[in-house]
Amino acid sequence: MNDGGMLQRRVASIEAVEAGLGAAGYIASRPIATAIYLAQRLEKPVLVEGPAGVGKTELAKAVARWLGLPLVRMQCYEGLDESKALYEWKYGKQLLYTQILKDRLAPVLGEAASLEQAIERLHGVGDVFFSRHFLEPRPLLRALEAPAGAVLLIDEVDKSDQEFEAFLLELLSDYQVTIPEIGTVRAAVPPLVLLTSNAMRDLGDALKRRCLHLHIGFPDPKLEARIVASRVPEAAAGLRRQIVAFVQGLRRLDLRKLPSVSETIDWAQVLVLLHARELGADLVRETLNVLLKFESDIRAADSQIAPLLFRAREEAATAAA
Amino acid sequence: MTAPLAAPVLRDFLRAARSAGLRVSTAEGLDAIRAAEAVGLADRATLRDALSLVLAKTAEEKRRFEECFALFFGREGFREVPAPPRPAAEGAPEPAAPEGPGAAGGIGGGDMGGGATPSPLGRMLLAGDRAGLAAAMEQAAEAIGLSNISVFTQVNMYARRIMERMGLEELEDEIAALRRDPAGAERAARLELARDYLRGEVRELVQRNLLLFARGETERWREEMLRQARLAGLDRRDAERMRVLVRAIARRLATRYARVRRRDRRGQLDARRTLRRNMAWGGVPFRTVWKQRKVEKPRLFVLCDVSGSVAAVAEFLLLFVYSLHEALSGVRAFAFTSGTIEVSEILEREPIEQAIAQIMGRIGFGSSNYGTSLEDFEKGWMQAVDRRTTVIVLGDGRGNRTEPRVDILQRLAGRAKQVIWLNPEHPASWGSGDSDMLRYAPHCRLVAHCATLAQLERVIGDLLRDHAG
Repeated sequence: MNDGGMLQRRVASIEAVEAGLGAAGYIASRPIATAIYLAQRLEKPVLVEGPAGVGKTELAKAVARWLGLPLVRMQCYEGLDESKALYEWKYGKQLLYTQILKDRLAPVLGEAASLEQAIERLHGVGDVFFSRHFLEPRPLLRALEAPAGAVLLIDEVDKSDQEFEAFLLELLSDYQVTIPEIGTVRAAVPPLVLLTSNAMRDLGDALKRRCLHLHIGFPDPKLEARIVASRVPEAAAGLRRQIVAFVQGLRRLDLRKLPSVSETIDWAQVLVLLHARELGADLVRETLNVLLKFESDIRAADSQIAPLLFRAREEAATAAA
Repeated sequence: MTAPLAAPVLRDFLRAARSAGLRVSTAEGLDAIRAAEAVGLADRATLRDALSLVLAKTAEEKRRFEECFALFFGREGFREVPAPPRPAAEGAPEPAAPEGPGAAGGIGGGDMGGGATPSPLGRMLLAGDRAGLAAAMEQAAEAIGLSNISVFTQVNMYARRIMERMGLEELEDEIAALRRDPAGAERAARLELARDYLRGEVRELVQRNLLLFARGETERWREEMLRQARLAGLDRRDAERMRVLVRAIARRLATRYARVRRRDRRGQLDARRTLRRNMAWGGVPFRTVWKQRKVEKPRLFVLCDVSGSVAAVAEFLLLFVYSLHEALSGVRAFAFTSGTIEVSEILEREPIEQAIAQIMGRIGFGSSNYGTSLEDFEKGWMQAVDRRTTVIVLGDGRGNRTEPRVDILQRLAGRAKQVIWLNPEHPASWGSGDSDMLRYAPHCRLVAHCATLAQLERVIGDLLRDHAG
């Protein structure tokens, strides 16, 4: 019944991770699977970096789905602090209860002869108002207290302040946090922690030292084709190959924002909805805004559509052969 | 179970990784060993992925790591044809002990009959025992401390020491003895061939180790040289390296001073935060919280002379200042030769190299006139200077005998928090010829000689420290 043992068994080998994530709908490359495997083995958080849309957040979701653990997600932003991330006292409830219990307190204290005695009695009652009942757990505390463990996703940690980053250190190295009124809360089963970053700013060395560092880049054509096949199974094999080859070609252009895997998937879905059987110049031109998000990028790519398309068709044909 | 086996190899690898410029802490080193134990050493690609997760923490570090890993684990010598072509190497056994009676004696020993008993080294060479030779070579390398190699001139010395350790002397004696015996001539020739081949292998091993372990040393040395080098006379080739170095230094300063420091302002109660803090006592203010004031980060105005003589230094000053932006509350940059223009926008928009080229294109390469430049500045931007502003002027103060307009600098010093003048010329020549440096100097809080990166670093570091203090 030991849940840590269950995790150990599910995450038995790198191959098991690959297969498990695959079953959960996430096609993981070998380094990604290795990272998840080691994260469980060494009980270390994983810091995932890479361009937007390559599936950093999706990875955490897939891990949670596969292991059947709750996913606790914390979105970071500037100004995020402990009270929003860890816990907060339910101030309203505390006030309300003191009001309601006023009558109850009176008889307890009424018989006291002196002030000292009254205080003595109050001490006897204990810190009722600063107990668990009045504690509002925020994501980090929830993740620590999850009975069977959890997958904790700290999303876009680079957007938070440096102070908050420092605050995370205790949590990440020991899987515990200290609440002054209650004491130290330690995780029974250490959660699997994933942090993501888009490199808005450089993270501190202390944080990096505590994490495994996984860089997810754009996938190679083979992997991308598998991802598209898994996410958009309706797309025929021929179309899929052309889509992937075209997007791969597009990434070689000098663009402001290169299309990511999520854009490839969106595009594939759009093309399926349009009942496309294969890529044509007009079709591509009309749907290019799914892939590229900047007007200047679209204009830059527009002139390249014909050669890109030609090469994509050729590559798709050789891949099929 | 792999631990005792993995540890020494990994320890060497960690040293190589550090030398390749990865910053590996002790804790990370231990993690690396645990990671290696978890995935095992058998599959190289997996091991690479695992170690990369633990050791390399940026894209740049990942690249260096891959390079270092390939170099380090690629070193398993004796992969191609062993020298003696005749005794077939098909029996090449697994790591046999150097004097293993099995393989070596079986193939080589049989046909040699009389003559001196060959040395272990000779036997292995004749038998073509690649694995044995590789093991012996690694052992010898370990014994003489090959990983301490630090400069390329040591290659020959280390190679010779390894050969000696492997038993070169015995081998030479043996060859000499065989030469004396007419029947042994052919074997002597084979041994000589094999010896030369071995020498090549050893040299290659030493070269690889030089690449692995010595790079850090030379890199560090070169960096130190660059710090001391005169910015004005910098090689084009070194400029790129210098930019990297400037950014690194600026980043270090920035992270040290970027934190917003707060100081209590005594006397004013912060009611909201006091209530919040004392919630635990039912709002009775046992602990008071006072209003705080943020300690201001410096606001910088940088005036750069971009005429020929100072331009090179200006580039690095601007690069430095702009890499620091986290630690500063605002930077405005101005360039002047005989007139002043604001260049903040160009610097924010373009990468520094292009920005500098553009600025030069607009006003560079004239002869400098400090008087008219200061006039331009007073007309255009003096209003923007306030008591929080630090003004840094970079220039040699040589106005080609034009009116220096010291009075404007005086007014500027009156408005600003402070004026710092950086001069790339040596102090000895200040005031000589057409230099007006000594006339400007009284109005500056600091006049510093600034010709090298080390000097630049010191001035800017002091500036930030004063503010943080």
